[in-house]
Amino acid sequence: MLMPEGDGKDAFRLRHFLYFCRRAGNKERKKTLGKRYDLESQLKDIDMPVILFENVSKEYQSGIPALKNVNIEIRKGEFVFIVGNSGSGKSTLIKLMLKEIKPTSGRVYVAGKLLEKLRSWQVAKFRRKLGIVFQDFRLLPDRSVFENVAFAQHVIEAPAREVRRQTPRMLALVGLSEKAKAMPKELSGGEQQRVALARALVNNPVILLADEPTGNLDPKNSWEIMRLLEDINRRGTTVVVVTHNREIVDEMQKRVITVKNGIIVSDQKGGYAYAKNKYSSI
Amino acid sequence: MPRISTVVYSIGQGGKNLRRNRMFSLASIGTMAACLFLFGIFYFLLQNLQYAIKGAETNVGVTVFFDEGTDVVRIAQIREEIEKRSEVAYVNYISAEEAWERYRETSLSEEQAKSFGEDNPLENSASLEVHTSDVTAQDALVRYIESIPQVRLVNDSKELADMLSSINRAVSIVTTVIIAILAAVAVFLISTTISTGVSIRAQEISIMKLIGATDFFIEAPYFVEGILLGAIGAVIPLVLLNVIYRRISGYITERLVSVLGRGTMLLDSGQVFATLIPLSLAIGIGIGALGTWVTLKKQLRKLH
Repeated sequence: MLMPEGDGKDAFRLRHFLYFCRRAGNKERKKTLGKRYDLESQLKDIDMPVILFENVSKEYQSGIPALKNVNIEIRKGEFVFIVGNSGSGKSTLIKLMLKEIKPTSGRVYVAGKLLEKLRSWQVAKFRRKLGIVFQDFRLLPDRSVFENVAFAQHVIEAPAREVRRQTPRMLALVGLSEKAKAMPKELSGGEQQRVALARALVNNPVILLADEPTGNLDPKNSWEIMRLLEDINRRGTTVVVVTHNREIVDEMQKRVITVKNGIIVSDQKGGYAYAKNKYSSI
Repeated sequence: MPRISTVVYSIGQGGKNLRRNRMFSLASIGTMAACLFLFGIFYFLLQNLQYAIKGAETNVGVTVFFDEGTDVVRIAQIREEIEKRSEVAYVNYISAEEAWERYRETSLSEEQAKSFGEDNPLENSASLEVHTSDVTAQDALVRYIESIPQVRLVNDSKELADMLSSINRAVSIVTTVIIAILAAVAVFLISTTISTGVSIRAQEISIMKLIGATDFFIEAPYFVEGILLGAIGAVIPLVLLNVIYRRISGYITERLVSVLGRGTMLLDSGQVFATLIPLSLAIGIGIGALGTWVTLKKQLRKLH
């Protein structure tokens, strides 16, 4: 069976349709294909974007338009910055990806799922494919570092031996093995954010979303976090970072999506300064 | 279907929630204990009052007198017919000689009794004493006995029977109302405790939702917490009530029975607690679960 080629949206829709046909359990099609595909290998094999916004607009109840006709395609393994001033719509993008809010119009596909079709009881399972890191860390204050990371595994009902194996590994990855028994209030901002990263990664997410991960950190800790994110991206996880830290964006030279007043004004690799030079209206 | 490890985890978290929310937990347990303590006291009163009324009911009898010339065989037949009725506890036959003997001992002096010699002026006063097990059915029983041929007269103690029925009804109604009020108070308090717990942990719940926790995973620890509050709140008064009841029962047996008679004895504690224990636990756990359910539906909807 020939796979449709190209990056166009029609080609994407066709691949998406074929993907769901395969998963629908049609025995004949399975025989034809010869083997079953899991989600990640599906995405790898047919090169489907892990995040797709199709003509997405969002208007809040107050009437304020947060996003206007946004189109974004992010592929597996990419590292993407989303930048813009306060109120530009960056956080709305993250909320749409998490299915915290619904778009007023358009479609959002994340990790192979059309979010508007998700029922409420399916949302929890969907969110387990994502890792999320916040500006304010959002650790559970009455649990230790180990318990905060392990918590993400208890949520997905991982077996106890898996928790005992994976949690120390994640803490080692972020360089906090010796602080496993510490409480969040005993950690610095940078350490707390590393715990949040470990929690976000412990379930091997397809996509890591970071909403202003360095917002509450000093420059040294900010760079440590960004290096960790880069390392995570090198291991294959798609990373999306919302930030207004221009220095970091410029230094890292990754793909930058610039949002202004709810509109995508730039989508380029090369840093924020490059985008600003090219699009002086930013 | 959640895994066993998730259920165990939820139970552990529910127990930890009690410790984290110590002050509110203690307040809820204290109030639940007070409510169920009062419930227990009223339950004792009700059970023992019903026990006393039951005892009095069997002493309240109907006396049946027969037509002149009714022989012993016929009286025995009538006795059998009456004993077949479901509301009849037992029937005593008082022969004419016994009746005269009783009357002579209770109402006549020695000289008066001697004056009758061997005569029996109550020779046609053989009677049946019919004792009922249900005083409310006495009217129907009296009507039935009056319809039997050769029954001359039926004496009943209607007023006493009516009074006992009224007392029983009144106590039942008052107890039910008080228990309903106490239950409503307890539900309100448990609900407030859980509501406070959810509000305090609103951020934790929102984090849980964002990293993919199911509704069961979020709600189960709160149910465990509510049920534990109810169960602990039930066990504490049961222990106290057991001690109090045994002491009172022992005191009454030692001091009052010899003076006031066996009618003042309380029900055996085993008998009372055989029903009070499961009832209190069921009420405590039920109120805990109900209060939690009501609160979670309201609070978690706000967080969504």
